[in-house]
Amino acid sequence: MTATDIRGEILDILSDIAPDEDLTGLVDDKPFREQLELDSMDFLDIVMELRKRHRIQIPEAEYTHLASMASTVAYLEPRMKEMVKK
Amino acid sequence: MPLVYDTIIIGAGLSGLAAGIRLAYYEQRVCILERHYTIGGLNSFYRLRGRDYDVGLHAVTNYGSRGAKKGPLSRLLRQLRMSWDDFALAPQVGSAIAFPSVRLDFDNDIRLLETEVARAFPAQKDNFQRLLGQILDYDDLNQDVFELSARRTLADIISDPLLIEMLLCPLMWYGNAREDDMDWGQFCIMFRALYLEGMGRPHAGIRLILKNLVRRFRALGGELKLRAGVQRILLDGDRAVGVVLDNGQELTAKHVLSSAGIVETLRLCNASPDAALPLAGQLSFVESLSVVDRPPKRLGCDRTIVFFNDSEKFHWHKPADDLCDARTGVICSPNNFAYNPDDGELADNLIRITAIAHFDRWRDLPEDAYRLEKLRWYDRLATSAVRFVPDFRSRVIDTDMFTPTTIRRFTSHENGAIYGAPRKQLDGTTRFQNLYLCGTDQGYLGIVGALVSGVSMANRHCLPV
Repeated sequence: MTATDIRGEILDILSDIAPDEDLTGLVDDKPFREQLELDSMDFLDIVMELRKRHRIQIPEAEYTHLASMASTVAYLEPRMKEMVKK
Repeated sequence: MPLVYDTIIIGAGLSGLAAGIRLAYYEQRVCILERHYTIGGLNSFYRLRGRDYDVGLHAVTNYGSRGAKKGPLSRLLRQLRMSWDDFALAPQVGSAIAFPSVRLDFDNDIRLLETEVARAFPAQKDNFQRLLGQILDYDDLNQDVFELSARRTLADIISDPLLIEMLLCPLMWYGNAREDDMDWGQFCIMFRALYLEGMGRPHAGIRLILKNLVRRFRALGGELKLRAGVQRILLDGDRAVGVVLDNGQELTAKHVLSSAGIVETLRLCNASPDAALPLAGQLSFVESLSVVDRPPKRLGCDRTIVFFNDSEKFHWHKPADDLCDARTGVICSPNNFAYNPDDGELADNLIRITAIAHFDRWRDLPEDAYRLEKLRWYDRLATSAVRFVPDFRSRVIDTDMFTPTTIRRFTSHENGAIYGAPRKQLDGTTRFQNLYLCGTDQGYLGIVGALVSGVSMANRHCLPV
């Protein structure tokens, strides 16, 4: 998967977690927390959805990498580059 | 090799079902065990002489309107991947706190209560604003701050004792397991739930919510076993490893999540039940149900809920020397919600009255006396209530009554304690590994609260991370 594909996957997860949010204006460099109504339980869902959909295990100490779209994509790129986009 | 579940959940009430949905959604092998032939626990429903009744639910607190992004209800729906229409809450039309000399109206817009406080307690207007500020700033999960005395904290903010009593009355009624005083944390949570977020009800009652939760749980592959009481929890040293059912069957699991209550769960582990006993709650309820022959509002009973108290001091403890204490009570009409006109009026016109009751005295009554006391207290509750709402008694066409023993039967709580143990276990842990609490004794109360409890304890303890 390319960075663009991964970004698309994350958007898909976010739209599933927060169906009422408008994600079209999401700024990649800004933390999700400043732009979306997400709390810590919702953040856990990003981790859990990545596990469920892509079998990626993220240790708790590394959750901080998921703060913004840019940092999430950068963190996941080496882990997902071998995967084929469905 | 016996089957190993990822998580076994004890109790198919709201918290157990919500936890089950979360875990099944993330592909766990989950089994919910329910002792009864029906689901819901405290919040259930039944049919009697052709009429549908809810138990527990008067109103769902933590109201949120369709499309709202903030608040516990929308957060909960996101976590369950369910939609607003699965709960379809119609807002209340308006409620009241009625004391002998003063009455405060409130609805789902806090501005009404602000106006009412300013009208009835002009000297407390600014203090009430300070209180609102402190409640908004309160952070849920600090156990030390949580257990501060609400009465003492309120006395530092509000200088008129009557206003304190009036504000406490509905909040204690809808979620206080302690006698006399209330945890400051619980006060703040209940204040938000009732006064800031407000109340609503699905047109079909609690059935709708339960039906949709079960459907969701099963669609995700969850297993629900009814008539499957847990006889004891299987331990390996200080680790829970499964359960034994009443029929002797053993089920093993990596996690056990129990909504049975703190004391009750420890008892299932055969762990020092006597030392644990004083932890059990003392407050139980009776409730009378009166079916009237026309919509309650046409009898002048037009409020969703009236919380009444017949003196300036609000008494919140187990009855001292009688079966019940009807000096304070809750009068509720499921008809008085702003339902969608397409749904029409409810089939039955109902007035429910709740009062505090003494579990042991009800339990110890011989069968004949029990039936007689139900009739006697039906009358006493109505007599007490009609001091605060118009007299509806000549319009009653059917009645029913539930008592603390009914609550005991459906919740398994010691003493029929409606809100469980006075001391909550906010982090949901027990002294045993892999055994966790959810529901009433974890600490979040109300319909949405119970569901949030299930979700957050599942997230915290049972989802492997």
